[in-house]
Amino acid sequence: MNIANFFRNYFEKNGIGLGTFLLVAVVFWVVVLIILPQLSMLDFSFRHHLPPPEMGGPKDVYTLEHYEYLILGAPGADTSYNVVDLGVFGRTLMAAVFVTLLNLVICYPIAYYLAQTKGGGGYTRILVLLLIIPYWINEILRAFAFRIIFGDSGLINETLLVFGLIDNPVDFIRANVALYAGLGYAYILLMIFPIYNVIESLDRNQIEAARDMGASWTRIHWRVVIPYAKPGISSGCTMVFMLTAGALAAPQILGGPSSLWFTQIIYQWFNQGGNWPRGAAFAIVLLVTCVIIVLSMMRIFKVRMGDIGK
Amino acid sequence: MSKGVGVDLEDVCIRFGDFVAVREANVSIKGGEFFSFLGPSGCGKTTILRAVSGFLEPSEGRVMIGGKDMAGFGPNKRPTALIFQNLALFPLMKVWENITFSLEVQGVGKAARRKRADELLEMIALTGQGDKLPSELSGGQKQRVAIARALCAEPDVLLLDEPLSALDLKLRQHMRTELREIQKRVGITFIYITHDQGEALTMSDNVAVMRAGIVDQISDGHSIYNDPATPFVASFVGENNVFRGKVKSINGDHAVIDTNRSGDLVARIATSAKGSLNIGDPAMMFLRPEACKIATDTSAAQNRLTAKVLHEEFEGQIYNVFLEGAQGKEIKMSLVNVGQERQSKHSNELTLEYNPDQAVILPAGELASE
Repeated sequence: MNIANFFRNYFEKNGIGLGTFLLVAVVFWVVVLIILPQLSMLDFSFRHHLPPPEMGGPKDVYTLEHYEYLILGAPGADTSYNVVDLGVFGRTLMAAVFVTLLNLVICYPIAYYLAQTKGGGGYTRILVLLLIIPYWINEILRAFAFRIIFGDSGLINETLLVFGLIDNPVDFIRANVALYAGLGYAYILLMIFPIYNVIESLDRNQIEAARDMGASWTRIHWRVVIPYAKPGISSGCTMVFMLTAGALAAPQILGGPSSLWFTQIIYQWFNQGGNWPRGAAFAIVLLVTCVIIVLSMMRIFKVRMGDIGK
Repeated sequence: MSKGVGVDLEDVCIRFGDFVAVREANVSIKGGEFFSFLGPSGCGKTTILRAVSGFLEPSEGRVMIGGKDMAGFGPNKRPTALIFQNLALFPLMKVWENITFSLEVQGVGKAARRKRADELLEMIALTGQGDKLPSELSGGQKQRVAIARALCAEPDVLLLDEPLSALDLKLRQHMRTELREIQKRVGITFIYITHDQGEALTMSDNVAVMRAGIVDQISDGHSIYNDPATPFVASFVGENNVFRGKVKSINGDHAVIDTNRSGDLVARIATSAKGSLNIGDPAMMFLRPEACKIATDTSAAQNRLTAKVLHEEFEGQIYNVFLEGAQGKEIKMSLVNVGQERQSKHSNELTLEYNPDQAVILPAGELASE
């Protein structure tokens, strides 16, 4: 099976017109939309921050200065490491892991319920609608809605005050409660649907068989449902983790005054700082670290790449 | 055989909304018995099984296991084990983990579980296959693993929901024998659900034939086949030629019916109809294809039919001869292949005869739909 043969078969199967279109679309998507932007960012990250006239000039050579900056800080700074940026970087990743786990804990029961009561009539459909409809609203508007709900005179504080559970409004924004809630909510569907898809294909008889053999619900989930749902769980967790670590709008709007998300630093280098190479270097570090975390998690939990695509 | 525990259904009704799935079932299953529920799909046999296993509670009546009312006991609290139609082996657990899952639930240690798994694997002739995944086994092997898994918890009653239906013919026949042997060895009560009369008749001590939620007859295989209680049982179990008519005369165990198309025919009155059948009642006579013979003497009698051969099917051990009797009445006859010269060539006029004891008369009723 050589390449010429492959193309002959491919065009015989799809026809010249459709075959060409599919080929062009896929190549455009992969090369222009995925590979080239990433490569150009990678290229940027290794260049000096130069004013436009000097670009391409003799000073435009490759350098590691932006990566050095992230780790060591500005030359001549007080500390030997870039504590501020690295701290934000670490906190962002920790927070992303936390949000992912929180999401998993909340979404697994919902996905299980939806998958096992399919065809169970109106309630399931209403629940799915309730999950989907909020996503028709713009992400930034949703973040502001959360800000209002969690604000000093927001719905939650007012309710707690009315019932006398608290005497003074709780500052949910400063405590980052609003931020975690907003981030958790933003990607809930990306967690629910992969898990739902897998559990939906689980043979109900397996659950009944386990129950017949005396297993408790905890054991049924631990031994039968969760192992089966593992590909869905890992693909949901991967998406939620990646998107949370890379989120920008929610941290901007919902983050407390002292909390900074690593993406905000990247954003600052690109926009306020106008230092694209440094922003690119920071972004590459974030991307690579996230990929490494995801791959090592997959190895630890014995999930193969092929399973995720299921 | 003393290990077995009896199962009794007392006036069990099961309703789903307006739909009555099981109607006043009264079934008494003795301890250590191989008992089958036989019926077409949708007759309520699986519903009964689910009521025994505890996955659903009867709307009325009681399910008793070992004389104890099971109301309020969930499937995990009953001394029953269920083998599912699709087996429902856990695909991600190794064979030995599958088999000993019930012990794992009870908190038995790994070494003890492994030992028990090896014993059971030996019993089902799969020694050394414990570390495989179910997907690496053949259909028959999976079947045996499902049996071992169900037996591992040492249940008092094993419930089987058409477990052989997915196997091919040869394996199915083999598994019948094997299931029967396992049942004799472990001595517990087996309750078997099937729509396949061959399975029910070959394996069971007793069979309950069900129709649309009603138990029509409970009896051993011989009686089910030779002495059906209703027209449904007669037409569902095995094949039968049906002759409709009215009772013309009754003489002891035998009656003569005046059929619309085939004249007067004589047959034995079914046990269930004895005493209740009166002259003039609409009735049906059932004549098995294998009870028909080609008569050597062609004079007319009440156990004879004349018919013309339409066509013939050769099945190997038997010939099925399809005939057209008086006024287009279709008759099927089966002849054992003993290498004889065939007399059933096309268009041949034949006289068939039968032993009146091998045909049965019942009051007219509903037949099994083909």
